[in-house]
Amino acid sequence: MTAPESPPLVEMRNIRVSYGGVHAVDDVSIDLRAGEVVGLVGGNGAGKSTLMRALSGARRADSGTILIDGKTVTITNPHDAKRHGIETIYQTLALADNLNAPANLFLGREMTNRIGDLDNAAMEDQTRKVMARLNPNFTRFSSPVSSLSGGQRQAVAIARAVHFNARIMIMDEPTAALGPAETAQVRDLIRQLRAEGLGIFLVSHDIHDVFDLSDRISVMYHGKVVGTVNKADVTHDDVLSMIILGREREAATQ
Amino acid sequence: MTDSVATAQDEPQSAGSSLRGVLGSLGIDLRLFGMLVALALILVYFGIRTDGKFLSPSNLVVLAIQASVVAVMATGMVLVIVSRNIDLSVGSIVGLVSMTYAMLMTQWMPDLGIRFDTGYMWIVALALGLGLGTAIGALQGFVIAYMGVPSFIVTLGGLLSLRGMVWVLSEGAAKSGLAEPFQLLGGGAIGAIGGPATWAVGIAAAVGIVALTYYGRRQRSRFGFRVRPPWADALLAMVGAGAVVGLAAFFNANLWPKGLASRYAIANGITEPPGGLRIEVGIPWPVVLVIGVTLVMTYLATRRRFGRDVFAYGGNPEAAALAGINTRWTIMKVFALMGLLCGISAAIAAARLNGSTLDIGQGNELYVIAAAVVGGTSLAGGIGTIPGAVLGGLVMQTLAYGLNFTRVTSAVQNIVAGIVLVVAVGFDTYNRRRAG
Repeated sequence: MTAPESPPLVEMRNIRVSYGGVHAVDDVSIDLRAGEVVGLVGGNGAGKSTLMRALSGARRADSGTILIDGKTVTITNPHDAKRHGIETIYQTLALADNLNAPANLFLGREMTNRIGDLDNAAMEDQTRKVMARLNPNFTRFSSPVSSLSGGQRQAVAIARAVHFNARIMIMDEPTAALGPAETAQVRDLIRQLRAEGLGIFLVSHDIHDVFDLSDRISVMYHGKVVGTVNKADVTHDDVLSMIILGREREAATQ
Repeated sequence: MTDSVATAQDEPQSAGSSLRGVLGSLGIDLRLFGMLVALALILVYFGIRTDGKFLSPSNLVVLAIQASVVAVMATGMVLVIVSRNIDLSVGSIVGLVSMTYAMLMTQWMPDLGIRFDTGYMWIVALALGLGLGTAIGALQGFVIAYMGVPSFIVTLGGLLSLRGMVWVLSEGAAKSGLAEPFQLLGGGAIGAIGGPATWAVGIAAAVGIVALTYYGRRQRSRFGFRVRPPWADALLAMVGAGAVVGLAAFFNANLWPKGLASRYAIANGITEPPGGLRIEVGIPWPVVLVIGVTLVMTYLATRRRFGRDVFAYGGNPEAAALAGINTRWTIMKVFALMGLLCGISAAIAAARLNGSTLDIGQGNELYVIAAAVVGGTSLAGGIGTIPGAVLGGLVMQTLAYGLNFTRVTSAVQNIVAGIVLVVAVGFDTYNRRRAG
């Protein structure tokens, strides 16, 4: 882990997001260092996804500050987030089902030639390269993604996040729709990206996933972070009780 | 898209025996191919029924001109429907813009002292009309995209209120007598590009098809991708090039009427040969407009970011927004473009009439939507092609014209058109579901 005196890769301070008067995220502060996986857990409606949407630019925070490398940044839309090296894999995958894999991979930032025409051949070439790493058996580059299997679709969504040299990755339930073999693949990938020095927020319902992959775990409950713990210091039961009861056990306090 | 097409491109297999397999390895869109077959069958049917009279060049040219007003707008309706919207106001936009052309050339500009024979009068009128169409489309698009009012409602309002404006504008009277150059946009013996230009266009298009095929091959082999077998590309290029040259020959088989030709001969001091002067009509201007609009719209839809954004939005609006696409601006542009195309159609319609009536364009929205949908555009959004919609419009128009030609009453024509619409889309839906 990076030396404590250097600023964290990402720091979200006092973030508030409300939907029609309900505080979905209420005064939350959280941070992430390079080469670290922070698991974000909590029950349904605890605010995990909403907090991450504020970081990925899908939803603007009502108040609070986001710092990257210690500098305050403004993130009001997905473009802002991507410009700061933040890539997101959404739980819904956010794929346009009618388009093929290369079109989805480059959605919103297509490669073009001199006169601004789409360079489909170049995009397919790049897609073949990144998919060769993630899913070597994948060959259906010209089929709409609606005709792909769940695992293949997930691979396309992951490829989109990996391809653009992200420094910060948000993964929202990345293994929820996958079989055992594909889940293992995604876990390997997370470890590999972490080793490459990325910071990863891992949002998951699966406590085992989170324990296997995270360095630290933040627990959310009713829109607030009720505790952030080092994985090494706690047991599954400690974290589960935080999720359910919304408060830390004495022994688990950092 | 069917799986068979996709796998044939990705992992060519020995499926050469079936027609589907051959078409697949040629990379031909099965839906477009099916529509071409349907169009050919309809033409042959009416040809037989009328002892070939229906298939005479002069007759089919009239058919093509009649189809052009709907075909131009259908290219825009594809993008509207692909983006999960609808535009019911296109017929009324045609009405208002047509009347504007007529008012400009018969009243407003003469009132300002611009004489009728001024060379630029029609250009100014055309520019203002196209601008008006674009502005109406953009305004409706703004209300739809930025204020969140459903497009069905906004354009239904447009359908009613724009038609009302036609009446207000013209004080309830038809206008006629447009500038002569403007009238050419409506087609007819003089409103065509002539024989030599038609040959030139045909040959240029043939060269273009060969060049594009070669360019496409080079693009894909640049990265070592699998390309079609050379025989397939060569065959496709030859069929395409042959088809456009054949079309040029067809348009040139249409000759000026004898009376007009001999008046021209006398006026220019040419001695008439025994059989009368043979002057080739060539491609009518409205058909030139359809071809040009189809090419430009296909380019926008398939080769530009704008088109990619529209299709992405149609496939998954949330994914498009999360990818950072400015979805509202995209939708507004789609409607502005639709308005511009209505302006072009209005020019053809007004030029054909040499003026404007109160009900010009009325009911066009239904034919335009039908053309797009018969041409394979899915009302669920995200799926559709520009050439498909043009062909769809041609199929519907050929059917209507053929029935008219064989003296079927307009009531029966409507019955047939309605049934064809439902059957065509039902067939398409069945195919798509089977293909998964």
